[in-house]
Amino acid sequence: MKPAGIRFAGATVRYPGSARNAIENVSLDLRGGEVVVLLGPSGCGKSTLLRTVNRLVSLDAGKVYVDDRDVAEVDEVELRRGIGYAIQAVGLFAHMTVAQNVAVVPSLLGWERAAIAERVDALLRLVGLDPAAYRARRPSELSGGEAQRVGVARAIAARPRALLMDEPFGAVDVVVRAALQRELVRIVAELQTTTLFVTHDVDEAFRLADRIVVMREGRIEQVAAPLELLDAPATPYVRELVHAGDDVYRRYFMRGRAELRPQ
Amino acid sequence: MSYLAAHPQRVAALAAAHLELVGLALLAALLVAVPLGIFAARSPRGGPWLLGALGAIYTIPSLALLAVLVQAFGLGFAPIFVALVVYAQFMLTRNVVAGIHGVDRAQVDAARGLGMSASEVLLRVEFPQALPVLIGGVRIASVAMISIATLGGYVGGVGLGVLIFNGLTLHQPQMIVAGSLAACAIAIGVDAVLRAAERAAR
Repeated sequence: MKPAGIRFAGATVRYPGSARNAIENVSLDLRGGEVVVLLGPSGCGKSTLLRTVNRLVSLDAGKVYVDDRDVAEVDEVELRRGIGYAIQAVGLFAHMTVAQNVAVVPSLLGWERAAIAERVDALLRLVGLDPAAYRARRPSELSGGEAQRVGVARAIAARPRALLMDEPFGAVDVVVRAALQRELVRIVAELQTTTLFVTHDVDEAFRLADRIVVMREGRIEQVAAPLELLDAPATPYVRELVHAGDDVYRRYFMRGRAELRPQ
Repeated sequence: MSYLAAHPQRVAALAAAHLELVGLALLAALLVAVPLGIFAARSPRGGPWLLGALGAIYTIPSLALLAVLVQAFGLGFAPIFVALVVYAQFMLTRNVVAGIHGVDRAQVDAARGLGMSASEVLLRVEFPQALPVLIGGVRIASVAMISIATLGGYVGGVGLGVLIFNGLTLHQPQMIVAGSLAACAIAIGVDAVLRAAERAAR
């Protein structure tokens, strides 16, 4: 299946009671299959921007298109079932087993039981969990890293053509995070799904992104490939964020990137 | 104990009627309380107001409420049935709200984000996890209802209250003791069963 294109056109959101727009006139074009990382500090609007794609947040002005279809005109349930969604808190359903969690979207879509069981096992293997050992476990019996692997498996279960990930690895320790990042790069390459990934971790952005979108106070500061961000920061803010001009950081970021993405 | 020994079938029949009264009232109460609780959990403004109103009703003395209900429905089954349904509302509704609010917000966010409709979020994610808390409410409400239901004997209703109030009128303490003991036994039994159910639902 062809990965979806995602396009923001003048997207603007203001939360009730807030003095400024959470996102302000954001325009951005994601090509099919691309991994775009939204990078910025807390409150810069990156999560809000991500959540406009599957309409968990609705726009006050502007448009968001998935495959040239205005999301505001698509049934929200149908829209969301076609888009993977993973979050920092994971949100595994506590009363369901690992297998039932992973199977949520396929079963909502009415897949055959046998097809679901087969898919669940394949996904658990894909995220590095032995199906026989994990299928029947409850979320309470998982470590943070294991839970997040299940969260990723659940997000991609129905082969979504677009994937939204909101700081999915923000709550796991550094070692586990590096392993999860490595696997995400592999999985996304295998799935060929368009991925929008939110983080405040510059290193993580450099590891995962085809392009990085630096955000600040609801606006885009710069959209660029990681290397370009280091070489030609568009604003003083970006320069400071990525430590442009500092050779130690440059080598650190680029090495992390090279580890995950051997050319 | 001698009355109980002499008339086991009469006591058993009244106990069965007592349990039936409480069971039917509980069922009716749940039919009202579950939708009310869902509404209250969803409505940040209306919810506290509704629970406050139900709490106020809960503080009305049961005899006073029964007196009013007898005016409305006459003697018999109806006034005590309605009184039980009304009293249970607070305990049940409150626990429906607590159960739904107790569900981790991240799970609800994930459920919506993955494409569950509002009713699917409720039925597949919120309700199963709220169930133990709801059963806890049912347990507390049932025990209270079993005790309040004895007042049915005073308004010409059914159940073990008949023994208690007849015993009072006839100066037969044995009847009072028999009725009270049977009501206690039912309460303890129901409490134990629902405790087990609560544990099983977790």
